[in-house]
Amino acid sequence: MSLFEVFDWLEQLPIGVAIRDSLWLFPVVEAGHLLGFVMLGGAVFVLDLRLLGFGLRERSIAYVERQTRPWLIAAVGVLFATGIPLFLSEAIKCYYSTAFWVKMGALGMALPFTFVFRNRLAQQESLRPANARWLGTASIAVWLTVAAAGRWIGFS
Amino acid sequence: MSLLSFCEWLASTRWSIDLHESLYMYPLIETTHVLSLLLFVGTVLFVDLRLLGWTLRDVPVSEVVGRIIPWAVAGFGIVSLTGFLLFYAIPVRTYLSIFFRIKMIMLVVAGVSVWTFHRYMNRTAAAWDRDPIPPPRARLAGAVSLLSWVTVIVTGRMIAYDWFDCDRGQSAFVSWAAGCPAELP
Repeated sequence: MSLFEVFDWLEQLPIGVAIRDSLWLFPVVEAGHLLGFVMLGGAVFVLDLRLLGFGLRERSIAYVERQTRPWLIAAVGVLFATGIPLFLSEAIKCYYSTAFWVKMGALGMALPFTFVFRNRLAQQESLRPANARWLGTASIAVWLTVAAAGRWIGFS
Repeated sequence: MSLLSFCEWLASTRWSIDLHESLYMYPLIETTHVLSLLLFVGTVLFVDLRLLGWTLRDVPVSEVVGRIIPWAVAGFGIVSLTGFLLFYAIPVRTYLSIFFRIKMIMLVVAGVSVWTFHRYMNRTAAAWDRDPIPPPRARLAGAVSLLSWVTVIVTGRMIAYDWFDCDRGQSAFVSWAAGCPAELP
């Protein structure tokens, strides 16, 4: 079974069909996706600004990480819950969309980077300021790439 | 000169036509609008969540506001600039969009609520700055701000959809609310 056939099969799943058949379902789910991303943007920026030495700099990096983490996880949950249905409604279009593949590539880096490296390192007291700045810069760069490429799927 | 004829004039200017017809410039501005929106509303969200007592409870409200709001202002600057350009690229249809009109009303609501809260906070914050859960009025301000920005974002996204466009033949109410002229330009 080729990748295209997989995408073709995914596009025929009932969720995707229901979204395609509805006039308003796609825009509503899409708006939810955007709101989820705003929540993620807030959680990411508040910690990244702190890592860069801005924002809540009277507080420890570890504290800001603990305070933003639940919102980050909630936002990722909303984004998956809305993003997968959006994808299923136009899987074939995504297959041919460069922006989609750029987004998936960036997301494939952003998630492990955030949850395996950034947030864990943010809990370590031995984290050096220079390394914290690298973490913050890389995080902003990779998430803005996800957002920009995601928006770009809609232009093709 | 009516607002509609002003928009028609805007649409006839060289740069508006260039933007409208550009292959990459319009999507680039649109994408910048969304990215700066993440910075703007994302940071405002955390101030609102603090006002609601849902996060950063150990941090005084004045510290959250003082440290976070400058970034929200920076984001707002870019959102506004790109927003003006997006309007300038498609002035007439946007002006006649019911979603755009609701968005503008909600922007005013959000602005008034921010201004009212700012005054309230300047007057009373000394008494509750360190409260993990701020008093009801401050929580209300956080909730109103949160809801108005959510509405601004959702209606803003909906401007792209044409269900209520004047040229699709609308009900009397929608025609009135969207300001549909008797004859479309």
